[in-house]
This record gives sequence, C-alpha cells and structure tokens, in this order.
Amino acid sequence: MKAVEVRELVKDYGSFRAIKGISFDVGEGEIFGLIGPNGAGKTTALRVIATLLQITSGSVTVFGYELPKEAGRVREILSYLPEEAGAYRNLTGKEYLSFIARFFGEGEESQNIVQRGLEISNLGERINDKVDTYSKGMTRRLLVGRALMVNPRLAILDEPTSGLDVVNAQEVRRIINSSVEAGLAVLLSSHNMLEVEFLCHRIALIDGGRIVASGTAAELKKEYDARNIEEAFVKAIR
Amino acid sequence: MIRNIVKKEFKELFTLSTLLPVVVIAIVFGSVGQMIGNIGERIEEKPVIGVVNMDGGDFSEIAMSVLIERAEVIYDGSDAEEGLEKVREDNGVALLVIPENFSQNIYANHPGEMEIYWIMKGAGMMDSISSGVVEALIQAMNQEISRELIQQDSPVDPALVLNPTTRTETTFFKGKEIEGLSPSQLGNMLGSQSIVIPVVVMMLIIMAGTSVISSMGLEKENKTLETLLTLPVRRSHIVIGKIVGSALVGVIMAAIYMIGFLYYMRSFQISDINLADFGLTLGMHDYLLVGISLFVALLAGLSLCIVLGTFAKDYRSAQTLIFPTTALAMISMFIIMFKDFDTIPAVFRVLLFAIPFSHPMMAMRALMLDNYSLVIGGIGYAAVFTVIMIAVAVRIFNSDRLLTGSVRKRVALGKLVRGLQR
Repeated sequence: MKAVEVRELVKDYGSFRAIKGISFDVGEGEIFGLIGPNGAGKTTALRVIATLLQITSGSVTVFGYELPKEAGRVREILSYLPEEAGAYRNLTGKEYLSFIARFFGEGEESQNIVQRGLEISNLGERINDKVDTYSKGMTRRLLVGRALMVNPRLAILDEPTSGLDVVNAQEVRRIINSSVEAGLAVLLSSHNMLEVEFLCHRIALIDGGRIVASGTAAELKKEYDARNIEEAFVKAIR
Repeated sequence: MIRNIVKKEFKELFTLSTLLPVVVIAIVFGSVGQMIGNIGERIEEKPVIGVVNMDGGDFSEIAMSVLIERAEVIYDGSDAEEGLEKVREDNGVALLVIPENFSQNIYANHPGEMEIYWIMKGAGMMDSISSGVVEALIQAMNQEISRELIQQDSPVDPALVLNPTTRTETTFFKGKEIEGLSPSQLGNMLGSQSIVIPVVVMMLIIMAGTSVISSMGLEKENKTLETLLTLPVRRSHIVIGKIVGSALVGVIMAAIYMIGFLYYMRSFQISDINLADFGLTLGMHDYLLVGISLFVALLAGLSLCIVLGTFAKDYRSAQTLIFPTTALAMISMFIIMFKDFDTIPAVFRVLLFAIPFSHPMMAMRALMLDNYSLVIGGIGYAAVFTVIMIAVAVRIFNSDRLLTGSVRKRVALGKLVRGLQR
C-alpha cells in the first residue's frame, strides 16, 4: 500500500492558486523529498497532507485513508513537524513530551513513548527545564523527538534540521534513517540540498505550484546534466 | 529628526485596533447615559402621587398645600384602596394617607402619624430617584409643619419640632408587599447585588475571556497550533478543553480580584437590615439556579471569546480581540447597576437579554422577587448561545481560516477583524 497518494491536487487561497494540480506517491519505508524555491507551494502541499488545509480539488490518500473525509484516522498515523514549530513555553521539555504522548497511549504505553522521545531529543538534564529556556537548536531537537517518538507510519518533516548545528543535524538524519528502516514513510521538505541528496530516496522539484521534475537524485542529476542536486534544481526551475 | 520619529510612532500606534475600543467605549457610555436618563431632569420633575386626607385639621392642610404645590397629585380622595389603584394605573410613586387624628396628635405634642404606600418599580440606582424626590417632599412638608409649630404662642416640645410626623411604610415591589421598608432602604439593601454581582460577573468574563483568547494568540505566536491540530484529537475536544481550562484560570483570577473588591465594598455597607426578615431570601434551589446561570454565562462568554481568538495572529492582537467581549460585559454591568430589567426601554431590554453574561448579573435579584421565567429563560438562551458559538468555533477549527487567518475582504465584519488583527 502507498503511504501517500496525491492526484491532481489543487489548492487555492481565495483567488490565489498555490498548488496547480500536482501528483506524486510516497511508498512505505521511503523518504520522499519535496524541494523548491520559497513560495513554490511545498509547505502548502505538506499542510494539506497533514490534514491542516482543505483540498480545493484533486485527491489525497494516506495509507488508503481519504482526505478530508478520514482526517481523524490519518491523524492517528501521521506526525507533522512544521518548519517554524514551537513548544509550550511554560512546560518543561519532558512535560511537553508527556502531553503529546497522552494522545497516543495511556499508562505504560504513554511512558514508553515519552522514553523514546527522551532518547531521540537527547537533551540530558535540560529536558527538565522549561522550554522557554531552550536555544533554537534544543527546541528543534525536542520537536524532532516529539514527531518521531509516537512511531508514526508517516512523518511529514518540513525542514527537519533547520536551526541545528552540523553535529545535531547529522544525528537527526541518522534518527530519520533508522526510523525509515523500521518501516516509516517520510515526506520531507528542505532547502538543504545536501541533506535532500543524502536522505531522500526520491525527489520532486516543485516550482510555481507545479512539479517540474521528479525521480531519484541520480536520475535528476542525469536529466539536467548536473554535478549535484542543487545544480539540477537551479536548471529545472529556469 | 524628531518629526520623523513622531510620524513613525503615530503611524505605529494610531491604528484601528487602538482607536476602535476608545470610540466604542465612548459610544457605550453615551448610550447608557441616554438610556439611564438625565438625573437633573428627573429630580426636577414633579413626582406623581396620591393623597388620602382623612384629617381636615390645620396641619393636614399645611401638608396638603405643600404636596399639591410640589407634586402631581393624581388622587385626592378618601379611599386608600382606590387611591392605590389610581397611583398604580398612572405609574405613580406613592400614596400618602393622612389619618383622622393627624392634626389633633400634633396639637397634643405627639407626632402626626402618616401611612405611605410606595410603588417601587426597580431596584437599580436610578430607579430610586422618584422615591427620593417624594422623600424630599415629605421633608419639606415636615419643615412647614415645624415652622407653624414654632410660630404658635403655646409651648411646644422641641423633639416634636424636629420630627413633627412619623410614618408607617409599605412598599409594593414586583408583586411583593414589604411592610416597614421604604424603597430607598430596600434599594440600599439590594444595592450590594446591583453593584457587587455585576462586577463579579464582568471580571469573571473578562479574566476568563482574556485567558482563552490569549491561549489562541499564544498557540499562533509560539507556533504550536499546527502541531496541536495534527494530533489525534477531535477539534471539538480542543475547543472544549480550551474553554474549560480558561474557565478555571478565569475563576481563580476573578476570585483573587474579588476578595479585595468585597473588602472594599464592605467598607461602604451601612445597612443592618436583614432581607430575609422581609421575605426577600433565596432557597437552595435559587442558589442552584444562580450557579447554573453563572456557569452557563461563563461558557457562553468563553465560547464567544474562542471564536474571536481564532482571528488572533499573536498574543498582542489577541489582547485587542477581547475588546468586544469586554464592551458587552461593561454594557450589561452598567445597565444593571443603574436600572432594573423591567424599567429600561424595550430596545435595551432586548439588548440586555441578548448579552448572555447579563443573566447571572440579574439572577439573584430576579429570584428574590420570584421572577423565575427571566432566570430560566436566560439560562436557556445562554446555553443555546454557547452551543452555537462552539459549533462556529469547531467549524473555524476545521477550516483553513485558523492557520491562514484569512477573512473575506468583501464582508464588513472581515474588514473590522483585519483592522483589529493589525
């Protein structure tokens, strides 16, 4: 079964058409990268699949559940990490993870989820401090922990390593890869082309609300006669 | 240089969101003032009274001349029942009964006894003005009698000169006959409910409302809303959870505020009359109704606030969006402080009923006077209002509007909301 199936998706904001009929699939255990310039429609596409925005036309299914009709079922199996996400400032990191975990399980199950979150976020003793005192990088690690601790079947990650230093970014990529090995499907958006090339099994280049090219990193580089994915991206959108 | 900075500051600060609350508050005060009426004019108006003079002596003649000169006497006969009916029919204030031996008693160095039957229409501050004018009239009458006593050659008891008449009073108020109490005394006793309860409810609504709107603003400012909306929880549960959480915070904050306020109000309390002695008391079921009324009004206020909160872009704009709720709570508070529900014009009565927070402000007084229909009707209305507002909030939570903050440009309300957002 496909993790995500998007068919002729159109999304309008009033009279502005942000997405102009895009189609793509994400398989189970696959990392699919959506890359494009600012305002290309990446975040809108991710938000639609994350059940946050309504569909103007076209169809989206997540593990066979149709949006928006079965949005409740989709929310049980997905985890969404927005680009500019934050956490509740007056909670400690651990309290925040516990708050989220309680939506996915009770008692021991909830505790196990929190434990996973603690391991992924790897904030040490600082996990007991209020989120308000965290640096941007620490908050991001907490949020990555939050997103992956619930063992989602689909993770939608918008700029997952945004604000992280090289070491922490590498650690997050390692965690994403290991989760994918366990069967997780990932839909990812990033401006970091190295990250995209390193992580993604397949990539779609999106510009002006349309997918202008898609394939593996090797296929795209070959198609655009580029040395790296960044060069392919620039050539694709020109 | 300075001009440039002043210009920038003015443009930053003088926005629709800062201007609108001030303009609306000014309009609210103006409207409430118009509704309440001009105090000066009302004091100068001749009070409508009835007089039953069964004495015919010198002092009753003096009394009558004062009353006729300074009041509009609509009944001057000998039947108290008939006089009372006439006063009621003509929307009068009181019936004064001067008994047979009135003058004879005064000549015998005893105060002349009078009976006053008051028709009290409302217990608001402004409702007691007409009875206050009649009180002043009786004082003037006493002064004239005292002057006559002093001018007489025969010796007179100084105590009699100071107080030439005594009175027994009966007040008819909303179907209740309260003996031994004048409208001003009754008004003073009910005054604590006229001031304290509306203030308590207003503070509760504002405190809790601010919490729920701020919570929406903070969700957006802290970028936590998107995560919350992708969690496996029904949108209606998010809305209800926010309302209940904010209600708890609001209750705690209002309670702290009110402890200080009650001590402040207690310092003004001078009446030692117990309302229960006059049958003006509440039973357990009445207190239960007051509690339900307050609870439902709080939910109604919070459900309105959460709808407004969905338009908040951040914490700052959330603080501005509380304004419509504050204005409605203040309008209710002022009207109820100054007037009784039954004595305000019909248009304002509809407006007052339509504001769900006004009902607990009126509930205690209404129940004391057995006006159950107003209280139960108010609870029903506030409950329906709450359900509608929660449905609207859930609909917004299910739409793009919560994240995009888009409000249709063509709709006038949309323009207003965008102005407040800025």
